Amino acid sequence: MLNLARKDSFANGIHPPEMKDETSHLAIRRFPFAPLLIVPLSQHLGKPAVSVVRAGQEISRGQVIAEADGFMSVAMHAPASGIVKKIALAPGIGGNMIQSVYIEPHPASSQEVEDGEACDVESATADEIIAAIQSAGIVGLGGAAFPTHVKLKPPEGKTLDTLIINGVECEPYLTTDHRVMLEQTADIFNGIKYLLKATGAGESIIAIEANKPDAAKKLQDECPADLPVSIRVCPVKYPQGAEKMVIQSLLHREIPSGGLPADVGAICVNVATTAEIGRLLPRGHGIQERVITIGGPGIKRKGNYRIPIGTTVRFALDEAGAAKDIARVFLGGPMMGPSVSNLDIPITKGTSGITAFTQAQIDEATGHKHIYPCIHCARCVEACPLFLNPSQLGILAKNEEYDRMVGEFHLMDCFECGACSYVCPSHIPLVQYFRLSKKMVRKLSAAK
Amino acid sequence: MSKLSQYLEIGSSPHVSSGASVDVIMRNVFVALLPVCAFSIYAFGIAAALVLATATLTCVVTEHVICRLNNNPTTIGDWSVAITGLLYGLTLPPDLPLWMVAIGAIFAVAVGKALFGGLGCNAFNPALVGRAFLQAAFPQAMTHWSLPFAADRFTDIPGSILALPFAEPVYDAVTAATPLARMKFEAIQAENSELLLGMTSGSAGETCAALIILGGVYLVARNMMNWRIPVSIMLTVAVITWVFMQIDPAVYPRPSFMLFSGGLMLGAVFMATDMVASPITHAGCWVYGLLIGSLVVVIRFWGGMPEGVMYAILLANAVSPHIDSLIQPRVFGTGKGAG
Repeated sequence: MLNLARKDSFANGIHPPEMKDETSHLAIRRFPFAPLLIVPLSQHLGKPAVSVVRAGQEISRGQVIAEADGFMSVAMHAPASGIVKKIALAPGIGGNMIQSVYIEPHPASSQEVEDGEACDVESATADEIIAAIQSAGIVGLGGAAFPTHVKLKPPEGKTLDTLIINGVECEPYLTTDHRVMLEQTADIFNGIKYLLKATGAGESIIAIEANKPDAAKKLQDECPADLPVSIRVCPVKYPQGAEKMVIQSLLHREIPSGGLPADVGAICVNVATTAEIGRLLPRGHGIQERVITIGGPGIKRKGNYRIPIGTTVRFALDEAGAAKDIARVFLGGPMMGPSVSNLDIPITKGTSGITAFTQAQIDEATGHKHIYPCIHCARCVEACPLFLNPSQLGILAKNEEYDRMVGEFHLMDCFECGACSYVCPSHIPLVQYFRLSKKMVRKLSAAK
Repeated sequence: MSKLSQYLEIGSSPHVSSGASVDVIMRNVFVALLPVCAFSIYAFGIAAALVLATATLTCVVTEHVICRLNNNPTTIGDWSVAITGLLYGLTLPPDLPLWMVAIGAIFAVAVGKALFGGLGCNAFNPALVGRAFLQAAFPQAMTHWSLPFAADRFTDIPGSILALPFAEPVYDAVTAATPLARMKFEAIQAENSELLLGMTSGSAGETCAALIILGGVYLVARNMMNWRIPVSIMLTVAVITWVFMQIDPAVYPRPSFMLFSGGLMLGAVFMATDMVASPITHAGCWVYGLLIGSLVVVIRFWGGMPEGVMYAILLANAVSPHIDSLIQPRVFGTGKGAG
């Protein structure tokens, strides 16, 4: 409402403890190959990739093992040299079963990758870059796993003026983007070159939160003079990393309800995704690994690891050393990360971290607390970055009044950041209700 | 293959919370009221202590019994009923017969809270519901005020307090008029210093404005009270009074007298801010405060009674759900902000 000082920030939001100090200073380390890698054919939003290998086939690291099926799909690459054991269903994070390629790496599998068809940023056209990004299997590495090439093409009649490189990383515990900014600085600027050319945007902004001053300084120092890029440091606030919030913070533009960043002339790409584009495209490689933070009080050797796609959570926890009393493991950070029901699910392109909690953290935070009635304290209303009314939505969700939730109270705008549940003194599982309600709404409208 | 063998719990994110809890908020409100109670006992002696204790205990016991009668777990642990009891006690004349105190307390919790569905469902501030009931049932006793700082206040229990149920209370203490009554009927305005420091007569907890403000500041600092409500009430009262004072200073009092006298401070800071019965949006809170402030001035200036804070708040409580349905936050990306 009031916008006196136009700070680089957005309204509402919360300040959960950042918990980043334990891993933010730890350089990215390589992770060993697990004895079995499980590469799901659907790691992204959109159509699953189509496998082009068969059981028993020898494959080499970096080789394409599945091709994109249409535009809303991306390719998959072999994370290690070895033998395809089988192509079969494997459990996913949501408890669903996903067709996956099981790979047994050779014991002496090398980390080397053969170069493929390079995409030169100077000579390639915008369409060629977009095609190269699709065949490199690149999806949003921030967690959404949306195929990057799809959003690079502005919809008919829209032009993109600003490319935002999202290095906000507002989830507690996660420090992968922070390390990537420090260690892959040149790759990021290289990636920006590709992205500017592909989108036709005139300028780019790297968004960083104030809790990563070293990354901001390094980017500032090494910024090429001829690249139209600026580095902007935003005050720390969750969920600033959300597309709508970071665009509001930097450009003071509100993406219309139900709209896309392109509706306000902007495009938002995660900083690690940008770094991968800058690193992979010149060599014609595809994504076979990604950087994740393994952390939380339940982990002994916390750190940032470059881990092969398809490594199981079990292997990752064994390698990093899980405490005896871990009680809950989730992929990503504690605000939005889905919790793991099966340790044999694989790390995918969208996994930004593995966080393990012991019973102590669960008791302290969410654990089985008494749920009081809503006392209208308005903390959720003050926390919601989209100005929804979680209090009212929570009451309607309990009464299963889905039509009113959608029609009057904009349920479908909620992107499930969890700020409402975080602040609720009555311990009402608000965002959990909304997640369920959104599923019910989709189900009911599909049934019609 | 793995060393990990224990069961993992699954839960829907977020996996962390702010640690805020209803009982913690309520306990803090209770603590913020303690200085007011302490002053009340200091000014009015044993009588005030007995009124406050009876009010609080009766409220707590009533809630406990109602929960048990409904075969529900008791809800006295959330401390909200203790606040209701204390607040209710603070609005009563300090020498009110204890049996009346108890009846009002039972009414406050049973009708003002439990009948609506308990915590979170009460349309009205339960403490004020109890007081309104007493005001209607025992108008004489509810407008009988003892003098503060009586010499024997720590040694003698006033006879009226221990009156038998339904017997006419016998008042042995010297009676006094509240500042608002003196203003209304004798056109005498008390000094600000008297009002702030609680040198006047009045309800048990309304006389010392300074300590009430202190409690409010404590709660606002801990993010447990919406400051917009008391500020909106006070601004409204001050502005309207100032305008009328300009018109006829002989009839209308000065704004500071209006702010610090009677139940305005206690009402604005601790009663109107009852989260359950007040609007949820900031804009709604400003409107709600404006409504209470205007009603207070109207009742005090042109009503039959010297004081109107209680009815002003109860009326605004009734309007609060409608304010909420009219004033909703503008959803991000809709209306004029989008694009």
